[in-house]
Amino acid sequence: MTKRELPALGIVEVQDLLRRHEVSPAEVLESLEERINAVDDKIGAYLAHDLAAALSEAEKADVNLPLGGIPIALKDLINVEGQQCTCGSKILAGYRAPYTATAIEKLRAHGAIPFGRTNMDEFAMGSSTENSSVQITRNPWDLSRVPGGSSGGAAAAVAADIAFGALGTDTGGSIRQPAALSGVVGFKPSYGRVSRFGLVAFASSLDQIGPLTKTVHDSALLMNAIAGHDPRDSTSLDAPIENYTKNFGRDLKGIRIGLPKEYIIEGLDPAVKTAVAASVKQLEALGAEIFEVSLPHTDYAVSVYYILATAEASANLARFDGVRYGHRADNIANLFDHYARTREEGFGAEVKRRIILGTYVLSSGYYDAYYLRAQKVRELIRRDFANAFEKVDALVSPTAPTPAFKLGEKTADPLQMYLADIFTIAANLAGICGISIPCGFADSESGKKLPIGLQLLGKALDEARILQIAHAYEQSTDWHKAQPPVRTERHTAGIDFDH
Amino acid sequence: MAGELDVGYVAQLARLHLTPEETELFQKQLGDVLLYAEKLNEVNVEGVEPAAHGVPIFNVLREDKASDWFTPAQALSNAPRQANNLFIVTKVVE
Repeated sequence: MTKRELPALGIVEVQDLLRRHEVSPAEVLESLEERINAVDDKIGAYLAHDLAAALSEAEKADVNLPLGGIPIALKDLINVEGQQCTCGSKILAGYRAPYTATAIEKLRAHGAIPFGRTNMDEFAMGSSTENSSVQITRNPWDLSRVPGGSSGGAAAAVAADIAFGALGTDTGGSIRQPAALSGVVGFKPSYGRVSRFGLVAFASSLDQIGPLTKTVHDSALLMNAIAGHDPRDSTSLDAPIENYTKNFGRDLKGIRIGLPKEYIIEGLDPAVKTAVAASVKQLEALGAEIFEVSLPHTDYAVSVYYILATAEASANLARFDGVRYGHRADNIANLFDHYARTREEGFGAEVKRRIILGTYVLSSGYYDAYYLRAQKVRELIRRDFANAFEKVDALVSPTAPTPAFKLGEKTADPLQMYLADIFTIAANLAGICGISIPCGFADSESGKKLPIGLQLLGKALDEARILQIAHAYEQSTDWHKAQPPVRTERHTAGIDFDH
Repeated sequence: MAGELDVGYVAQLARLHLTPEETELFQKQLGDVLLYAEKLNEVNVEGVEPAAHGVPIFNVLREDKASDWFTPAQALSNAPRQANNLFIVTKVVE
């Protein structure tokens, strides 16, 4: 094993090398740094990566801990004391976190080293990472396409072998959708399973931190570290933590999987449809029983989401007032101007749009018609899932209706961008868990392979079972082993990794 | 309903200055989104309790106990303006 080959490995494999002392935590970090420097100018996954700080953590790393010495990249909206946390926004340029999120304290307690801040749609609002105020991120499978979003930097980093794993956040699909479009594994835990303390809030009743990794096993290991109750997050669930790898290796006999009939929609890409149908057959071949189920309120999920998420965002983003942290406008005439100009200069177009929409649906005269009605339909969506999970253990669907779309393709039409999340949004509304795993490829017009994601959804706190099904599927297929062109270009990058 | 959104007015409520171009663009774009959301009016929600969270949690209580948190220096570490351990703000009263 040379240093050049290290970044291509998954967490489990690196962990093995570290424990056998074949490599040191410092060498692992250095190999990653070299590869980031060699390929990330093409991808744009990272906003920052501080090797010196990570190396000083690596000196004390205990490789016998569950994630001992493993560097993990973080979406740039999770606070780590001393690190930047821009949320992809100009309003937080220069901000240094004065404290550390619970999820990261837990990661560190398991031995992992937070290394690198990944690009994202500003305040996690978007499905393509094009709403970052800093830079765009390109899909490692086709550099003319988006990596998905909002955790697009994290997904692209894992896909391009410049991160072993990453933590992102999922409010309406922001882990699962970029994982699907970038060809990696992305896991959204049940609402409340992972503490949100130290996570910059977008929509508090929907946000959840979760892993993006190369394999299901790696996601399970990260979940083992970050899951659990936190007294500092009153919405975190006080339920026992499981070992999320405990069901690995078991077949799927007796597992009942539902196929929601409402998820076969117009506009579903034919290659996605074919890949998902083949995956369902594969799950059946592994022993699962397949049933058609109905989620009657599916068609309303996107509307409910964009009312509730923007309402919550308009309240959460009120804290960016230019007083205690972040940007403050110059030459201010009065207090109103102080707020209005600071926010005008600090926020990008999509954030402004959502603040306007959220303020509107909460405003006097419209609250009942929009916000309250949406909350009631949310309850009906929640019941749809509860009813389905009385009959089946998991639901299967595409993660996204199409493979990765072109950069700039949907930026002029917010509604079309919102519809990219049509299959992922309902899980956040219902608080359930879900995963996206690679399940095939579509061919682009220019002959590039574009990854397709399979989504599995499970009831709240049934993470171990969803990971079991995903693991069984993954191990019976080769999709997760396919490599994007940027992975194999490493020898032509002009950098000698062995120096 | 969708036709009633006045982006200029709502931007004031949200303490957000917009250019005339942004106001016009958002008026059109958000009008489309609200039109799409009108399908919610088809749903019969009579007698349905609104869901604030996917997983209902009620009355999370803890002991009212003091614990260490930011020092003044930490709290001020990102302040746009500060002096004497205080945030300097824009004049509030005339």
